[in-house]
Amino acid sequence: MARKDSADSFFLKDVRLLDPATGLDMNGHIRVENGLVAEFGSIPAPSSGMPVWEGEGSIVTPGLVDVHAHFREPGFEYKETIESGSRAAVSGGFTAVCVMANTDPVNDHPEVTLGMINKAREIGLCRVFPIGAVSLGLKGETLTEMGALTQAGCVGFSDDGLPVRTSRLLRRALEYAALFHRPVIDHCEDRDLSDGGVMNEGWVSTDLGLKGIPPASEEVVVARDLEILKSTRGRLHVAHLSTAGGVRLVRDAKRRHLNVTAETCPHYFSLTDEAVRCHHADAKMNPPLRTEEDRLAIIEGLRDGTIDMIATDHAPHAPFEKEREFDQAPFGIIGLETAFSLGLDLVKDGYLDMAMLLYLMSVRPARVFGLPRGEIRPGGLADLMVFDPSQTTVAGVPRFRSRSRNSPFSGQKMSGRIRMTFVGGKKVFDEQEEREE
Amino acid sequence: MSDFLTSPHLLSVEDLTTDEMNGIFRTADSFLDLSSRTVKKVPSLRGKTLVNLFYEPSTRTRTSFEIAAKRLSADVINITTSQSSVVKGESLLDTVRTIEALGADGVVIRHPSSGVPEWISRRVGCHVINAGDGLREHPTQALLDLYTILKRMGRFEGLQVAIVGDILHSRVARSNIRALTRMGVRVRLVGPPTLIPADRKGWNVDVFYDLKEGIRDCDVVMALRLQLERATASFIPSLKEYARLYGISPQVLRLAKPDVLVLHPGPINRGIEIQDEESFHPHSGILDQVHFGVGVRMAVLYLLMAGQ
Repeated sequence: MARKDSADSFFLKDVRLLDPATGLDMNGHIRVENGLVAEFGSIPAPSSGMPVWEGEGSIVTPGLVDVHAHFREPGFEYKETIESGSRAAVSGGFTAVCVMANTDPVNDHPEVTLGMINKAREIGLCRVFPIGAVSLGLKGETLTEMGALTQAGCVGFSDDGLPVRTSRLLRRALEYAALFHRPVIDHCEDRDLSDGGVMNEGWVSTDLGLKGIPPASEEVVVARDLEILKSTRGRLHVAHLSTAGGVRLVRDAKRRHLNVTAETCPHYFSLTDEAVRCHHADAKMNPPLRTEEDRLAIIEGLRDGTIDMIATDHAPHAPFEKEREFDQAPFGIIGLETAFSLGLDLVKDGYLDMAMLLYLMSVRPARVFGLPRGEIRPGGLADLMVFDPSQTTVAGVPRFRSRSRNSPFSGQKMSGRIRMTFVGGKKVFDEQEEREE
Repeated sequence: MSDFLTSPHLLSVEDLTTDEMNGIFRTADSFLDLSSRTVKKVPSLRGKTLVNLFYEPSTRTRTSFEIAAKRLSADVINITTSQSSVVKGESLLDTVRTIEALGADGVVIRHPSSGVPEWISRRVGCHVINAGDGLREHPTQALLDLYTILKRMGRFEGLQVAIVGDILHSRVARSNIRALTRMGVRVRLVGPPTLIPADRKGWNVDVFYDLKEGIRDCDVVMALRLQLERATASFIPSLKEYARLYGISPQVLRLAKPDVLVLHPGPINRGIEIQDEESFHPHSGILDQVHFGVGVRMAVLYLLMAGQ
């Protein structure tokens, strides 16, 4: 195109517009100007001044928001960088991503936080929001300077990868983080009960002769956290719920009006520990894949609002780390590029409707963590995702933009196709352009 | 002869049909006849190379495979790698490359991590024989245990076999449970609740926490080796208490059938799993296990590798 376009304005023709925050669901066109939604519906095409794209019946929605990813930078750039992670995010429809603190150095000082934010801005793909560490060096001993970290841009605090080590530290963290209106996110695991386990403890671990992590390992820490939360003014966010018991505890806590939110990840509602029978460490993550009973309880938790949101726990590891003995390989799988497809399967199977899925993957996580999000209303932020639910793609290389490829879904046909992603009206992903490259 | 195995590998007893197991036993019979002659070698695997790749210390299994392969005239290379080099990050892919570079026709592998033989088998072009992986499988041990039972008891059908001890951490138990139930044997698991997997819904077994009840009217008692460190990890309070509650003594054995057969995969912790072994010597099948092991492993190597 010879004409000089403003990078954050465009016109998208013939789309279905869906915004679960307002209940919007209509067909029409949408015009974005200077990074904001200008108007939509049966509106005339602009005569000039902005690019015009054909929507061809695709769905336009607010972009997805992930509150739990690992971008590994600084320190583990061979697994992922802020750039490769951002590319993975936007190709999966995500416009905002929270990144965990278990980098090297750990994100326990404002300089680390600012470094991440500046890097992400330079790259200019998705919005990146660092999560600060609860304790210095994730050691579970001394609280980080949460005031300074908040000021630098941290949106929550977590020792993720590890649980907040002691009950006393969790109590202080919840009390202190409340001062800055930030949640404490806990990876709920009793590591003494896990005792070196590598998969869910149950029939499959008995059969495979692999050391199990009992469901109680998650449940006892969820229970601990909730009882401590009760006596603080703090806010607790339970990371990656995987067990039926964990869902039950959170449901009960919400009935008691405790200030708690919870997330689960796509693999916990898509797979069970039967997936470990392949003996490949791409089926190894922490918490581990559980049983069918747990899987159904997780879905029920999403349906009844016990679980507030779907997060990815995107955890890249290099092939040489995963291509080895199951019990020696590190925990974690990548998820940014498969999350939405797996969510669509819940819609296809009749568990959720499309609006509910988008609520769980965009509206709710943004609200809980106070993040900017796309809105399809005049003046709304144009952080948008365009997708075609009727098409499919195949997960894995060469599609994956992540630097790593540790996904149990590799080679599988995935529902839906993300066509474009916009952040502040700027097109940061175009599936067709990338395919033609 | 149609006893050759359909799978190119022996990774689990589940790779074998009951017909194939019986075929292995028949072949073992003829190889064991051979071992009573002065010249014990046959040329069946001449020109083939077998690599014994052991990532865990083992004398009897490695030696048994080595003798079996040599009696079949195969060339044998032993590689013993300590577990520490695995932990230090020696890659399994390097192992695969080593096997390929050696031009091996078969590899016998023992590894502390469950699932490794399967992992290797998908990446090398030769036969893979599992000599014990983690807590998962030890198929040739189960085959030689079954063969010993068959030779001593004359049948499988209707037998009651009690496996006693640390079921949770035992690949020998897992392989035997799978193989014995397939052959129509009724399997009992006997041990403290801390050493028996809580979820065992895929196993068709009876569980006893009391040794006397578990052994009553049994045809075969298979005692498992207890790793001595289980006491420090709180699976049991002490070896002394374990020996008192689960040690196989002549007194306890009187509750079993009069012609009861006692097996142990070795090496025995004397005074712990088995007490006063000499006193029930006629019931012991432990030396038979060692002797038959060579014949059974010859049969496995032959039926896997001599086919092509």
